[in-house]
Amino acid sequence: MLSFVVRRLAVAIPTLLILVILSFILMYAAPGGPFNSERPLPPEVLANIEAKYGLDQPFWKQIVNYVSGVVTSFDFGPSFQYKDRSVNDVIAQGFPVTLTYGFWSFVVAVTIGVSLGVAAAIKQNTWIDYFAVGISIGAQVLPNFVMAPILLLVFTLWLGWLPGGGWSGGQWQFLIMPVIALSTSYMASIARITRSSMLEVLNTNFIRTAQAKGLPMRRVIWRHAMKPTILPVLSYLGPAFVGMITGSVIIDVFFSTGGIGQFFVNSAFNRDYSVIMGITILVGTLTILFNLVVDILYAWIDPKIRY
Amino acid sequence: MPLLEIEDLMVTFTTADGDVHAVNGLTFNIDKGETLAIVGESGSGKSQTAFAAMGLLAKNGRATGVARFDGKDLLSMSQREFNKIRSKDMAMIFQDPMTSLNPYLRVSEQMAEVLMLHKGVSKSQAVTEAVHMLDAVRIPDARARVTMYPHEFSGGMRQRIMIAMSLLCQPRLLIADEPTTALDVTVQAQIMQLLGDIRQDFGTAVILITHDLGVVAGFCDRTLVMYGGQIMEEGTTDDIFANPSHPYTSGLLKAVPRLDVDEGELITIAGEPPDMSNLPPGCPFSPRCAVQLDHCSAQRPPLEMTGDRRRSCHLPVQEVA
Repeated sequence: MLSFVVRRLAVAIPTLLILVILSFILMYAAPGGPFNSERPLPPEVLANIEAKYGLDQPFWKQIVNYVSGVVTSFDFGPSFQYKDRSVNDVIAQGFPVTLTYGFWSFVVAVTIGVSLGVAAAIKQNTWIDYFAVGISIGAQVLPNFVMAPILLLVFTLWLGWLPGGGWSGGQWQFLIMPVIALSTSYMASIARITRSSMLEVLNTNFIRTAQAKGLPMRRVIWRHAMKPTILPVLSYLGPAFVGMITGSVIIDVFFSTGGIGQFFVNSAFNRDYSVIMGITILVGTLTILFNLVVDILYAWIDPKIRY
Repeated sequence: MPLLEIEDLMVTFTTADGDVHAVNGLTFNIDKGETLAIVGESGSGKSQTAFAAMGLLAKNGRATGVARFDGKDLLSMSQREFNKIRSKDMAMIFQDPMTSLNPYLRVSEQMAEVLMLHKGVSKSQAVTEAVHMLDAVRIPDARARVTMYPHEFSGGMRQRIMIAMSLLCQPRLLIADEPTTALDVTVQAQIMQLLGDIRQDFGTAVILITHDLGVVAGFCDRTLVMYGGQIMEEGTTDDIFANPSHPYTSGLLKAVPRLDVDEGELITIAGEPPDMSNLPPGCPFSPRCAVQLDHCSAQRPPLEMTGDRRRSCHLPVQEVA
C-alpha cells in the first residue's frame, strides 16, 4: 500500500509538469495580451512593461523561467493585472474562502445525497422513493445560476433573513446561501448514484444470505449493503470534491464571496496569464491528489483490491 | 407433529406480463431428523417453495396456503418474526457459494454476528464457536483462516463456510438449495459427505433441493418429484428409484447419463419446460408426456396415496414403464 502511494505520487510529478507546460503553451498561443487594452499603450511604454515581466524574451526562455520558478521556489510569478501582487498572494486570498464554502457544500451534498439515495432504495416504489427521486430531479434541473438568484430573492429581499453577499471571514450567515446553491446539483447526483447502487446491492446473493441469517434490516443495510453501495459513489466524489473546493464563479459573482472562481474568470478576461496558470495548476494538483485518495479509500473498503 | 408442514402452497409472482404461478398447490411434510429430496428441473418451483418457507420471496411474490414450522404459521409472519427463527431454528444454504458470502466482510464477522444475534454471546466467544464449527466442516487451519475474506477461499471451501455458518445455532431444519450445483464433481462428493455427517451428528432435518438425481440417491430418506410447481410423485428414495410410477420420474431416471453403457446420444425428455404463466389446466407435464391419455391436458390428476407413496397421474401404475 505504501509503495503504491509513493509510486502514484512519483507518477503525479511528470503529469503535473506536462500540465504546466501545456497550459503555458496554450496561454502563449492565445491572441492578445494582458496589456492590450481598449486604449493602446504607446509602443515604448508597452516595450518597457513587457521587458519588466520578461515577455520580450523568446518563447523557450519564458517557459524555462516559468517552470523553473514553479519547481524550485513554488513561485507562480507576479499577477499581470493586480499590481504588486503575486499569483501566490491571489490564491492565498481566494482559496481559503472557496475551500470553506466548498467543504461545507461537500458535507451537505454527501450527507443529504447518500441519505436520500439509501432511503429511496430501501423503500423502492413507495412515496418515500418517489419523494426522494422527485427532490433529486428537482435539484438537478435547478443549476446554481438559477438557485443563487432565487435564494437571494427569497432569503434576502423578501424575508430579509440573510445578508445578500460578502464573506466576513466565513461567518455562518454568509455561508448558508453559497453552500445551498453549490451543493444542490451535486447532492442530486449523489442521491441518484446511491439509489441505483443500493438497489443493485440489495439484489445480490449475499444480501439474501444476510436475511436468511435472521439479521435485522438495519444491520443488513448498514453492515452488509453499505460498503458495496458506496463504491460507485466514491468514484464520483473524488472529482466532485475538487470541483466544490475550487469553487464556482457563479457563487462568487452572485454572493460576492471573493473566492478563486471569480479571480479565475476575471484573469481569463484580462489575459492575466500567470493567475490562470496558477489556478489551473492548483486544480490539477488537487484532482491528482483526490483521485489518489479515492483509490486508497477503495482499497480500504474492498478487500479484493490490493496494490 | 411434523417439523415443517406445507399444505396446498401457492406461490405467485406479479410481473408486467401477468402472474407467474411458480408453485401450485404443493403439500408435503418433513419430520425431525428426516431428509427429504425435492427434485425437479429448473423452474419447477422447488427453490421458490424454500424461499416461501424462509420468508425470502422477492418483493413481487406472495405465498398462500399453509406453511407451518413447529406448529407456527409461517405465511402470516412479519420479517421481524421471521428473524427470530431464521438461522436459529431453520437455516438455508444456497446454490452459488461464490456469491453467497459477503465479499466485504471477514468470515469471522459474518459467522460471529449470527451467534451474537441469536445467542447473545460476546464477540470473542462467538468467534471461538465459529472456529469450532469451521473445524467441524473440515476447514484446515480454521483458527488462522477465520479472519480471512471469502475471496481467499475456493468454491468448495466457501460452501463449507456457508454450511458451518448455517449450523452455528444448531437449527432443527436445514434447507440446502442445490448446494453442489456450482461445484466440481469431487468437491460435490465431499460436500454431500459433509451434509450426511452433519445430519447424523446434529440430528438436523434436511431438505435437499436438487436437479441431480445422483446426489439424491445415497443421501435422502424420501424423494419428492416436482414439475410445474406441483407434486408428480413422492415416496422413499429407494422405492422411487427402483419403481418410478410417474412418466416424468421414469423420464428423469432414464435421462441420467451412465458411464458403464455406451448409449450414443444423451437421452432427454422431449419438449420444453412449462411456461409458468400459462400452465395447461390439466397435468403440467402432459404436453411432454409420451404416454398421455386424452383427458390428461384438460383434467388435473388427483394426488393419490397408496402406502407411503403419493402420485399424481391419470395413467394406472402398471402401465408406467
